Amino acid sequence: MAESADFDAVVVGAGPAGSSAALALARAGRSVVMVERGPFPGSKNVYGGVVYGRVLDDIIPAWWSEVPVERWVVRRSTMMMTEDQSLAIDYRSHAWGVAPYNGMTTVRSHFDSWLAGKATEAGARLVTSTVATGLVRDGAGRVIGVRTDRDGAELHAPVVIACDGVNSLLAKEAGLLPHAEASHYTLGVKEVLDLPAEVINDRFGVRGHEGVDIEILGCTRGIPGGGFLYTNAETVSIGVVASLPHLSDAKVRPEELIADLKAHPSIAPLLRGATLREYAAHLIPEGGYDTMPPLATDGMLVAGDSAAMTLAAGLWLEGVNFAIGSGYAAGRAADRAVTAGDCSARGLASYRADLEQQFVLADHKRLRKAPALVLSERIQQRYPGLLCDLAEGMFTVTNPSPKAGGLRITRAAAAKHGVKLRELAADTLRGLRIFG
Amino acid sequence: MSEPGAADGGIGAADGSLPLGGDTSPAKALAWRGISFEERMASVDFRVGGRAHITVDSDVCRSCTTRGCVTACPANLFAPTSDGGILFNYEECFECGACYMVCNHEGAITWTYPDGGHGVVFHHG
Repeated sequence: MAESADFDAVVVGAGPAGSSAALALARAGRSVVMVERGPFPGSKNVYGGVVYGRVLDDIIPAWWSEVPVERWVVRRSTMMMTEDQSLAIDYRSHAWGVAPYNGMTTVRSHFDSWLAGKATEAGARLVTSTVATGLVRDGAGRVIGVRTDRDGAELHAPVVIACDGVNSLLAKEAGLLPHAEASHYTLGVKEVLDLPAEVINDRFGVRGHEGVDIEILGCTRGIPGGGFLYTNAETVSIGVVASLPHLSDAKVRPEELIADLKAHPSIAPLLRGATLREYAAHLIPEGGYDTMPPLATDGMLVAGDSAAMTLAAGLWLEGVNFAIGSGYAAGRAADRAVTAGDCSARGLASYRADLEQQFVLADHKRLRKAPALVLSERIQQRYPGLLCDLAEGMFTVTNPSPKAGGLRITRAAAAKHGVKLRELAADTLRGLRIFG
Repeated sequence: MSEPGAADGGIGAADGSLPLGGDTSPAKALAWRGISFEERMASVDFRVGGRAHITVDSDVCRSCTTRGCVTACPANLFAPTSDGGILFNYEECFECGACYMVCNHEGAITWTYPDGGHGVVFHHG
């Protein structure tokens, strides 16, 4: 790598944000290099369940015919649980199992490498096993490149796109992200377990390339967070996400939470005989819209997890699609700025404007209050049990006593879990305001 | 309940093999329902580099009462020492960042990435 290397743009990180940015730039005829610290794209990356592909429709036509998919999600389940109860809303769709599909499970080392391959096919250069250790600035403080750990070699370009992930040391160095704000992050831990394909099909009620995604509330001992379980081709992935400061305060180790979930009576039978293939841990930026950094500064854009673009809104848990959407938009904005000869924050401002016009910032803005609600005390600690008891009250046959009315059962369940009906009504209204 | 204990780290070798004498390892205490912490960590591909990418200033840690890093680190790499400090082992690190995020003592944890190509490699992430 020549120290005098000169590119139109340097993209740091070859995850979905970085590869999408590089793809957009390469397609525009720009010279672009991706700097990836892992030995291959995806090697540092972990996700929690589903990649939603609609964002790819315009970027890679018929992407589904070539994407490295594990299974197409045809069953989406939201489950609430206590130690010995569970209540699930389970949706199944035929349409989700045929093109153009809705969501898929995948393996990040495969998916991220595939997407990076799209960028390199279009002409982007990929340099792996290289850390961008810091920003290079000109005399006026504008970002003009990055320093690498390859003998301190620098890569210079009028635009740097920081797609260096949840800990984005570049966004921190640029002063866009606070050094450490634990309350904006959750820790995700995940086990990938070997299970034969036919066993997965039988236990989860699917066949062929059909898959299942189960999102779970109430499995984290009251620590704000949740769990997930999803099927891959010949493995299943199970994990837990927990608010970082609460996890730390509770003095509970993360693998305990996974062990709890695996032992739950609704989950254990699904996993019987499964053996550990790989354990993983990763931070997730779950703070949402109000915790996003400024997206541009002089000579630099921020995309994907670096810009806190994971959507953790309870009903919706998405991240890779936001990385792709923001990365591609960043690449296009960088191209426009280079064309105009103005890569200042002002020259790069079309990036944010573009994101506001599409799902990336529109969804985040609309759901800006969702992360706080989803991680609130009542949702986390009281409602899973309340709803399970409500179901138990409704479905337990009490002969010879006559059936209790729904209101009486609701009152009893609410009282048992220390929730006032007034609070229940207020939270329902709040939920409708946020999600409606 | 688990005791994070005084694991002196080096759990498992760079090639992912189990360390000898696993029965006496403090990590055994972190076994959860049939899977020991060693087995858990042995499932991960760590390409250990020669440079410690995270350093801990144990002098700062001595004044810390919360020790959030000890339980939050998913790799269990932070071990309290008898003199009130913290011993850190960088080798089998997920590079997640939980430690410096929960640390409330300025300058206690210096966090960077391992050198390019080194550190954790997720194959099924």
